[in-house]
Amino acid sequence: MVSPKIFGNVLSGRCKRNQQTHFRQIRADIALNIRNPDDYVRETKLDIQRVPRNYDPSLHPFEVPREYTRALNATKLERVFAKPFLASLDGHRDGVNCMAKHPKSLSTMLSGSCDGELKVWNLTKRECVRTLQAHEGFVRGMVVRFCGTSFFTVGDDKTIKQWKMETPGYGEEEEPLNTILGKSVFTSIDHHQKEGVFVTCGQQVDIWDEQRSSPIRSFSWGVDSFSCVRFNPVETELLASCASDRSIVLYDMREATPLKKVIMNMRSNTLCWNPMEAYNFTCSNEDYNLYTYDMRYLDKPFTVHMDHVSAVLDVDYSPTGKEFVSASFDKTIRIFPKDSGHSREVYHTKRMQHVISIKWSSDNKYILSASDEMNIRLWKANAAEKLGLLAPREKAAVNYSQKLKEKFQHHPQIRRISHHRHLPKSIYSQTKELRVMKEARRRKERNVRKHSKPGSMPVVTEKEKHVVTVVK
Amino acid sequence: MSPNMPAVEHALLRQRTTDLTPIRHLHCTCVSSEFLVKMAKSKAARKSGETMKITSSCETVVQGMDDEDNEELQRALADDIISASEDEGGSDDERKHCKLLEAISSLGGKKRKKLTERSEASIQVSEFTVNAEGEGDKINLSDLIGTLDKTPSALIKTKKQLKNLQHNQSTLETPLTRKETEKIQREVAFEKTSKEVSRWQSVVLQNQKAEQLVFPLNQEPSGPKRIEHVVAGWKAQTPLEQEIFSLLRMNKQPLHDPVLTPTEEASLRAMSLEEAKIRRAELQKTRVLQSYYEAKAKRGKKIKSKKYHRVQKKVMRKEYLKQFDEMVKTDPAAALEELKKMELSRMKERMSLKHQNSGKWAKSKAIMAKYDDGARKAMQKQLEVNKDLTQKLVIPADEDEEDEEESAETLPDFVNDVEPILDQVNPWMRGKLSTEPMMEESNRLDPPVWPREVGKPGEGQDEQEEDEEQMEETEEESLLRGFEERRKLRQTEDVKVAPMPMEENDDGKKAEILEISDYDEEAVEISDDDEEAGLSNFTSLFHGLVNHMEPPADQPKAGPGLRQGESPALLEEGLVRVRTLEDVELLSQDISTSDTALLTTQILGTEETDTQSATQQADKKRKKMIDPNEVLTKEAKVIEMPLAPTAVEDVEDKEEQRVIIKEAFAGDDVVSDFLKDKRKQEEAGRPKVIDLTLPGWGEWGGLGLQPSRSKRKRFRVKVAPPPPRQDQKLPNIIIAEKRDSSIAAHQVCQLPFPFEKPIQFERTIRSPVGRTWNTQNAVQKITAPKVVTQLGAIIEPIAREDLIKDNRQAVTGPSINLESDQGPQKKRRSQQKKQHKRKKN
Repeated sequence: MVSPKIFGNVLSGRCKRNQQTHFRQIRADIALNIRNPDDYVRETKLDIQRVPRNYDPSLHPFEVPREYTRALNATKLERVFAKPFLASLDGHRDGVNCMAKHPKSLSTMLSGSCDGELKVWNLTKRECVRTLQAHEGFVRGMVVRFCGTSFFTVGDDKTIKQWKMETPGYGEEEEPLNTILGKSVFTSIDHHQKEGVFVTCGQQVDIWDEQRSSPIRSFSWGVDSFSCVRFNPVETELLASCASDRSIVLYDMREATPLKKVIMNMRSNTLCWNPMEAYNFTCSNEDYNLYTYDMRYLDKPFTVHMDHVSAVLDVDYSPTGKEFVSASFDKTIRIFPKDSGHSREVYHTKRMQHVISIKWSSDNKYILSASDEMNIRLWKANAAEKLGLLAPREKAAVNYSQKLKEKFQHHPQIRRISHHRHLPKSIYSQTKELRVMKEARRRKERNVRKHSKPGSMPVVTEKEKHVVTVVK
Repeated sequence: MSPNMPAVEHALLRQRTTDLTPIRHLHCTCVSSEFLVKMAKSKAARKSGETMKITSSCETVVQGMDDEDNEELQRALADDIISASEDEGGSDDERKHCKLLEAISSLGGKKRKKLTERSEASIQVSEFTVNAEGEGDKINLSDLIGTLDKTPSALIKTKKQLKNLQHNQSTLETPLTRKETEKIQREVAFEKTSKEVSRWQSVVLQNQKAEQLVFPLNQEPSGPKRIEHVVAGWKAQTPLEQEIFSLLRMNKQPLHDPVLTPTEEASLRAMSLEEAKIRRAELQKTRVLQSYYEAKAKRGKKIKSKKYHRVQKKVMRKEYLKQFDEMVKTDPAAALEELKKMELSRMKERMSLKHQNSGKWAKSKAIMAKYDDGARKAMQKQLEVNKDLTQKLVIPADEDEEDEEESAETLPDFVNDVEPILDQVNPWMRGKLSTEPMMEESNRLDPPVWPREVGKPGEGQDEQEEDEEQMEETEEESLLRGFEERRKLRQTEDVKVAPMPMEENDDGKKAEILEISDYDEEAVEISDDDEEAGLSNFTSLFHGLVNHMEPPADQPKAGPGLRQGESPALLEEGLVRVRTLEDVELLSQDISTSDTALLTTQILGTEETDTQSATQQADKKRKKMIDPNEVLTKEAKVIEMPLAPTAVEDVEDKEEQRVIIKEAFAGDDVVSDFLKDKRKQEEAGRPKVIDLTLPGWGEWGGLGLQPSRSKRKRFRVKVAPPPPRQDQKLPNIIIAEKRDSSIAAHQVCQLPFPFEKPIQFERTIRSPVGRTWNTQNAVQKITAPKVVTQLGAIIEPIAREDLIKDNRQAVTGPSINLESDQGPQKKRRSQQKKQHKRKKN
């Protein structure tokens, strides 16, 4: 390579007077412009070859079309590699009614079935490590204590039982640590995040101290039964419960009375607090929708999540608080971004029946679903994600393709491919039917509005539609 | 009784309070009211109406009380009344009689209410000395305290208050129902909790906006820990370690780098928060400055330019000199030590023979020196260094000579050849005339002889000092004078050729000159040698400065009158810079003349007339040279430059050009080409007749055989004409009506949601993300995922500590945070730029 300096000298003719000095000058310049071997020689054989790059945009034309092609390919590959189903854990002899995550161990999971049997699973080995007959009738709910050493179950036999997490030794009998006999059936149980306090619900919401056999506080507010109660994982003294009178009731453990309740059009089955946002919770409703509320403003949900075609039975947040997963009576699982009205993913298999319980693993990687047909299924939270460790270059490639997909997400082809999902025919047709119904209703409302006195038919938004009233 | 009274009073005064008072308090008021009632009943309550009045007043007292409490109270009152009536069993007949009378009188109507069923036996007698005279009279509340001490002022006041209370007859509102109270409680509780929960708002928003969230939150940063953390949990185990640590502790040394010394910490602790902040900022600043200077020094070290280093060293030397001067004044002991150090270095040099021209470099130079002036010079420079370094501070001249001779012996002969023109550094040339009394004296008076040792010897331009040394050598004076003259001559020549070395020359002479700004430099440039002294006002000023240092005895010698006479004329000149070659030539002439003039004066004694004439000459010449205004006015011509050369061209030129253009595009007929193009497009757009005839079908086929006309007619399908073209009526335009549908399928037809303008969206699409277009770092930054989770790590729900931490950060000031955030980014950016540049290069 000859430096431009030389040309400059030659052209300017600065040294025309003395040809010899001129040459000398050139020689000196050449000597100065020898490349440094450090720039292109590897230090060791194991290093990657140094590739000098020139980022001059004129040398790399067509950046948008090229990246678009890459994005399209990435999208297609994502769909190709989307294999979310990992394993099915079978062993229960009746429908699985509830599950519980272990707070300290990722590989441990508990499940309770409709015949009162409880199983502890090792997820890495995908096998049952312990089985015990916990209750007579359904196991309605269970929860692992925050320390992970014991767990509580409630059942149809009106008892609350506390069990050791450890498997009893040889010859020992499978016996609960404590048993509390209640007055009525308990339908759900949840444990405080940090203290030895747990809450149950049935005909009323009871707060229990682990050391006492009677509740330390009971809340009831004109309803006869509750289906679900959950502690807020962030503001640990707050509670929320779903009642059979179509209401969601908020409580504060420290107060003598409940805080507020919102009555909706249909009953909410379960609810789940966002683990990263103290005041947000999502409830799964009988009207096929999920509603995310800000507990401070209960008069309308801030997002309505629609996509299911049957009652939503359970919901669980991802530990990052960015998404949640819902289980439905329509035999599917859907994953929703917390702000979006529609799901980003739907999981189903031929054999999976009504999904009763769902959990998102606390490392944000897996989803567990328990369904009617006695199986527990393990899914990936991101369908196309490669499991296991990634090499740095792999990681970079994944990040890049992710970014590309995000960048070109609005382009019709990419959108079409990335949004395409296969659905069972029943669900597909039902979705279509629902859409038609909804459209018809909308049309009718529009027509009625058109032909009635202006202002007499106020526009009610989708969010407002589902809330009946807020009771203070 | 008297001790109870304040309580009663208090209770009565609380009558109007409507808030929910605690139950305990209410009970207390009940007790007091019961007491009150008992008092009243025993003496004055002969009629139940009165007692009822009292109870009503009691009711007013316990306003705001719950229902139950109210009932209790009434029950108690009733009990009391009943028991009282039982006591009065003896006077039954009398009472019956009274009753009868009352009944009769009540027939009249109005009085009926006043009369009560029961009456007390003792109207007159009362243990509490409360007396309500007559049946219909009421007992006043103020009567109750009548038995109190006769302290009038307080009593009257309370009496008044009690009366006022009695007048307020309004009844209490019924207490809220349980439902309502619960509702209120719920609302209050909800507000409280929602407020509590709202504290999370900022955290939630922050997380939503965060470019990247790494889960689990609050994990310890991976990678190597900071040394303090490591050391904190580390214990010295081996005896050696213990010894070292004990030593460090004894000296109160900080064990690790960034931690402050105990004194610093103590001072920090002693300061208030703000002071501490300021102090910390200062510390940071000093640290930054230090690192900056270090970096600067490093950069300077890397610079290869010899000239730069020469200048740098000179500056250093100057500074050192200054410091030393100060030190001599302020701290003579330290100055002595410095001197000792110099002596030591000199001794070392003598021992090491470093600059003896015996090294590899010197030998190579020795070979080259025959042919190369530069090499010869370099060798001589080194020799000079050697000489300078090995010179003793106070030495007789003979020794010096010997030294030189010795050094000369090691050299090849040609090195010592006197170079006729360029050799400034030849020690033989450094002779100086004895007839420069002023300079000599000033030099003698200059305190340091030492700077030579310290300063860079390679320059060889500290002639005066050396001259001074050689002053003793009087034998050689005549010879030296000759040399001197030649040297002067040479220097004037130098001025003609290039002013730069001149500057250096002057610099060497007077260290201070550089400090007095450019003007002085200019002046010095003009003056060349200091003998001229009064070339400009600046130089005179400078000399004034020098004279401050000089003893006043020198002044008469220098001839102040002369200077004063010259100075006004010279003032103008100093301001003008010498630009052109001619100027320089003139200048040099001047100098030479003035030189000679000065020389003569110095040699012959002070002959004022001569010098005056000389300076006058100089004046004239300078005036010629320096008055720029004259020259400028003469030359002031406004040249109007045309914007483009064509604009000046004549009409003929234009025509010529037109012809040329015509010739150049002679064969091109653009218009017809365009029309042809358009026709072609139209043709292409027109539907074609579809020929479906199958040759040989139903008739003979083969070469040269056409299908029959009837068949052609039948199987040629004409398509309906398309809608008229858009450019049908626009003769100068072709509108392409074909749209590439295959591309359209890939294009976005609607502006996606978060964008407000198409430009925004286009911009996001247009900026490439990949490695082909961006640097490694940029790609990493751009493609960083929004949520990062760790494999196999349990993500706990966000904890309250995070909130507190976050709040604390907000309190301590986000500005600091921001700065720290920006800092590395900026650094990174600048680094990237550098890298980019490097790569480009």
